[in-house]
Amino acid sequence: MSDTPPILELAEVSKRFVRKADLAARILNLFGASHADETVYAVDQVSIAIPKGQVVGLVGESGCGKSTVGRVAAGLLRPNEGSVRLNGKDVTTDGAGLSVQMIFQDPFSSLNPRKRVADLIGEAPRVHRIVPRETLEDYVAQTMERCGLDPSFRRRFPHQFSGGQRQRIGIARALAVKPEVLICDEAVSALDVSIQAQILNLFLELKEAYGLTYLFISHDLGVVRHVSDHVVVMYLGRVVEQAPTAALFDAPKHPYTQALLAGAPRISRRRQVFAPVKGEIPSPLAPPTGCHFHPRCPFAMPRCREERPALKAVAGDRLSACHLNDAA
Amino acid sequence: MTPVLQVENLTTSFFTGAGEVKAVNGVSFAVERGEVLGIVGESGSGKSVTGFSIMGLVSPPGRVTGGRILFNGRNLVGLPEAEWRKLRGHRITMVFQDPMTTLNPVLRIDTQMIEAIQAHERVSRRAADARAREALAKVGIPDPASRIKAYPHQLSGGMRQRVAIAIALLHGPDVLIADEPTTALDVTIQGQILAEVQTLCRETGTALVWITHDLAVVAGLANRIAVMYGGRIVEEGDVDDVLDAPRHPYTRGLIDSLPEHGSHGGRLRQIPGRAPAPHETPPGCAFAPRCAYADEACATPPPVQVFGFGRGVRCVRPLPGSDQ
Repeated sequence: MSDTPPILELAEVSKRFVRKADLAARILNLFGASHADETVYAVDQVSIAIPKGQVVGLVGESGCGKSTVGRVAAGLLRPNEGSVRLNGKDVTTDGAGLSVQMIFQDPFSSLNPRKRVADLIGEAPRVHRIVPRETLEDYVAQTMERCGLDPSFRRRFPHQFSGGQRQRIGIARALAVKPEVLICDEAVSALDVSIQAQILNLFLELKEAYGLTYLFISHDLGVVRHVSDHVVVMYLGRVVEQAPTAALFDAPKHPYTQALLAGAPRISRRRQVFAPVKGEIPSPLAPPTGCHFHPRCPFAMPRCREERPALKAVAGDRLSACHLNDAA
Repeated sequence: MTPVLQVENLTTSFFTGAGEVKAVNGVSFAVERGEVLGIVGESGSGKSVTGFSIMGLVSPPGRVTGGRILFNGRNLVGLPEAEWRKLRGHRITMVFQDPMTTLNPVLRIDTQMIEAIQAHERVSRRAADARAREALAKVGIPDPASRIKAYPHQLSGGMRQRVAIAIALLHGPDVLIADEPTTALDVTIQGQILAEVQTLCRETGTALVWITHDLAVVAGLANRIAVMYGGRIVEEGDVDDVLDAPRHPYTRGLIDSLPEHGSHGGRLRQIPGRAPAPHETPPGCAFAPRCAYADEACATPPPVQVFGFGRGVRCVRPLPGSDQ
């Protein structure tokens, strides 16, 4: 991905969610029905390396596993296979601890409504003894100020803030434990355009100030293009393409990436004739065989139905998982 | 050509414990047959309430307190409910953001569609059923014969929104009001829906009012744009004029704050502060507290300045246009 050694590295990570057959199904099974457990391959052999001080964007549509990747990276979920490394140290089972923090989409549900802002931000540094108790109040005030919040609001509750300010509280809370990596899961998606710009600017300021590394998960291509150095595109649990931002947006290699970029409305495209890809996003419960994208792909060949394309280096430092790469 | 829908000085207020709150404050616009008007605004700008007002769907404590809504020349404000029922879902229809709440979860799709047809036309059940299938096929639902027997929860979000659009277009309405119908959908599904709506409205000549917060969607879809802020339309005009040479500082700020325009990784030009909630809208220009150009003159409500045909800006000191 680049010469800088990765600070956070996911290697061949897979995460499955199994829904056990419920009681009714098990009873029916006794009478000869065949209700098996349902397994979702939320993440299927995904490898992502995030170099220190860089921003890796992760894009994809609903059900592609991007949020699960984020949660595995943050140590909130343990992968079924593969490993997670932080600064070269294996943290697959123990989690990355305080060094990797997460910022969520919905600042309404990610903040405890019964806690005051000072407690929301100050609790983790107090429990983990990051700052001595006597200076905690100053530390919280500093962190709030750094995130564009007025420290005089520290006695307030989350509901007394607007959506943008609440997202700032979420960022301040993550920042308060001095993390190295921030995982932003759709962190600006719920915000109005003018507020979104403020939060994106804050992310970039913090990156400069603290040398932070980001995994930036979003469905919004414009936002990802703006913040990321490197972009990973996922479809139904697999990485389909991975490339430096400019290369990916200027000349997408994978048919899915091409479809995604072509379908995204842009302010410079007027009176657009929308010519979208056909078909629905398949259910992750029953993904298509071979290449997951083949039923919707305009270039699909018989081989695509049978064989899973490997993620291979195509040109320079970009990867693509498509059988067309072999033909070229 | 007379516009099919003409809104004049529409004011919709909510009477709350804190007094009268004007969610829509003197909004005027017109849409012609086959035209697509994009209404753009952030949360609380009054764009959705404008849509509800046109549909006669504002319920207490809210009320349309002023202005006229002319539909083919006929004023709809104060229309008796029985008259409304003849128009709503027939000549004027609406598609909402969340198709799960639009569709009845305990009725099959065919039941709901046949009901919608028979509510306005005397046709047999069989004829209605055939028309419903045809309508589903037109919005790009594969295998309509079997999907029509499904319950809403058995369909994906994109499919549900297609059903909602199919129902809205059943009677070939004169006006379709779409309130953020693709906001909850994925990019590739959004593209599909936009394509269907675009073709269908072109075929039937339905005037489309597309309400959204997403400037990019409107850029691709609309002929004209109205930008709302604090319950008022602050700028209106042809899509190219407004997006290429915005003359209201808010429109300018909105366009500049899009990541698309910032250089990669650089600072985005943000608008300071946040949009006022409807009950805290300042008496003068609603944007003044966030505006870099504001002065004393902005303390009174600014008049609309008209530049050429259909181009208006509600600002004391509009930004220079491209022609200057």
